[in-house]
Amino acid sequence: MNTKACVRTFPVPEPGKSMAAASSTAFGALLLRDLVVLRKSLGIFIARTLIQPFLLVFVFLYVFPLIGEGVGGGSAGGESLFATILVAGVVGLSIMFQGIQAVALPLATEFGYTKEIEDRVLAPLPVSLVAMGKVVAGAIQGIVAAVIVFPIASIIHAHGVHPNLVVDWPVLLTLIPLSAVMTSGLGLVLGTVIQPRNISAMFGFIILPMTFLGGTYYPWTALEAVKVGGFSWLQALVCVNPLIYVTEGFRAALTRAPHMPLYVVYPVLTGFCVVLLGVGCRAFRRRVIS
Amino acid sequence: MVNTQTVATDIDSAQPAGDEVIRCERLTKKYPENILAVDGLDMVVHCGEIFGLLGPNGAGKTTTVGMLTSLVVPTAGKALVAGIDVVAHPALVRQLIGVVSQTNNLDRALTVWENLYYHGRFFGMSARQSREAADRLLVEFRLTERAKADVMTISGGMAKRLQVARALMHSPSVLFLDEPTAGLDPQSRLALWEVLNKAHTEGQTILMTTHYMQEADTVCERIAIMDHGRILASDSPKNLKQSVGADSIMTISATGNLEALAKLLKERVEGVTGSQQLDGTIQLRLKGAWGVLPRVVSVAEQGGYNITDLSVTEPTLETVFIGLTGKELRD
Repeated sequence: MNTKACVRTFPVPEPGKSMAAASSTAFGALLLRDLVVLRKSLGIFIARTLIQPFLLVFVFLYVFPLIGEGVGGGSAGGESLFATILVAGVVGLSIMFQGIQAVALPLATEFGYTKEIEDRVLAPLPVSLVAMGKVVAGAIQGIVAAVIVFPIASIIHAHGVHPNLVVDWPVLLTLIPLSAVMTSGLGLVLGTVIQPRNISAMFGFIILPMTFLGGTYYPWTALEAVKVGGFSWLQALVCVNPLIYVTEGFRAALTRAPHMPLYVVYPVLTGFCVVLLGVGCRAFRRRVIS
Repeated sequence: MVNTQTVATDIDSAQPAGDEVIRCERLTKKYPENILAVDGLDMVVHCGEIFGLLGPNGAGKTTTVGMLTSLVVPTAGKALVAGIDVVAHPALVRQLIGVVSQTNNLDRALTVWENLYYHGRFFGMSARQSREAADRLLVEFRLTERAKADVMTISGGMAKRLQVARALMHSPSVLFLDEPTAGLDPQSRLALWEVLNKAHTEGQTILMTTHYMQEADTVCERIAIMDHGRILASDSPKNLKQSVGADSIMTISATGNLEALAKLLKERVEGVTGSQQLDGTIQLRLKGAWGVLPRVVSVAEQGGYNITDLSVTEPTLETVFIGLTGKELRD
């Protein structure tokens, strides 16, 4: 049977496309896949995007002033000032949560027992581009979140409380994508570095401290008052938190309130992007290639 | 440019240079904690061949496939697919290969049809091409009725068929199947081989791993038997079975000292070419020995042994494996 003089002719295969061409179409298709998955759960996406900012704004800017526990000194002026500060914080926070929810949490399941990510890793493009695809899809969700959260944050408040918003469009339009990429990069790092079984601990140990010490409820400049022996320790400490640059940036983009100088915000956010994407892509590779 | 090479199915005939589509040279993978999964593996698979890696669990089959499909980075040695170094150009190699992994790694966020469609898009197929190919493969794999189903809700057999269909979406030149039929019912198994045979006759090279000898025997044109990260023998199933040097195998269960009985039978019965003890039985290799059965029984009885069971079979790949490793394949 094996000695039959059967000779077949088959060509030795060759890749049909250059790596660059195959990579760019594959990258586009990966994005398409993520956006289709997003569209399937659009209702949940919108709900999860709105629920947190809605609650924050509702409690702090509507309920508190009405029950006489207004934050900001009790006067209507103080409450309006707080409202102004909070709007920027809420937009920043919403973008950050998209980074976590759109990148870190799905990655945790896809890396885990199911290894679902494998089919995308086997697509004809470098593995780091698969990770970048996740970041871009997450960033798109972050941008959409910012756009739908902003109106809520600026509209819902008690009678007499008025957030004083002055939009600086060039800053806003550059800051939204920059922040969205940075927080998606953070999601990539968290989703790849943290073991799937520990992902719930991430909320307690990382997300919660970042949120409370991320300038959501207060401007960074005001932290100067928290001193030990003349040193504003808290103001220095929160500088390790990438969220502070996002919220301070939005403070500059949306209000006339005091904020961290933009010449600090932009370079540091860009630096965080570079570091988080670099670390995230390496960690992603380590997780999928053994 | 496509250069045509001739490929002979007879592995003994001289192979024209350059017709190989997979080559492993001293391929080695050492995992942390010094676990040597694959140990200096040399292997060549030719264009259009169905090649089987046969061995027990933990033999290093999956790691070998991992290194050839760019998911595992070798510690040493070389892996080439279509002459392209997998480590140096993984993304290029991925254009040419389709991979069906052992575990169900279907995209749970997508439906059955979408799993095929988006896979096609990843590989640069246009929306229309991908749609048509997905529809066609769903028919071929009898999954059309479940096209819109959530992949979480389909049966294990369907999920495996879908995984194979997905790997075929972009018409890969080389298809890697890691334990493709593990856990499949006989009907799904047959259906799977029907489709794969069709792909194969169109020139596709298939490298599969399996621990089912029967499957390797009937399906594969050439087999490499693996154990402890090494290839122990590699040839066509027929040649491997002939290499045992016997045309039948007699398995004897008996009371008493089996080692002494084996020795006795080998000395006193003509046609016994070898013997081996395995799990409380003796396996005698017989060649050109007609009417040997009564002789075995009488020699054993004269020696004071009581034969409790006896069977004669043709050599199988299992026999080959036992001859090479001294242990059974299934454990």
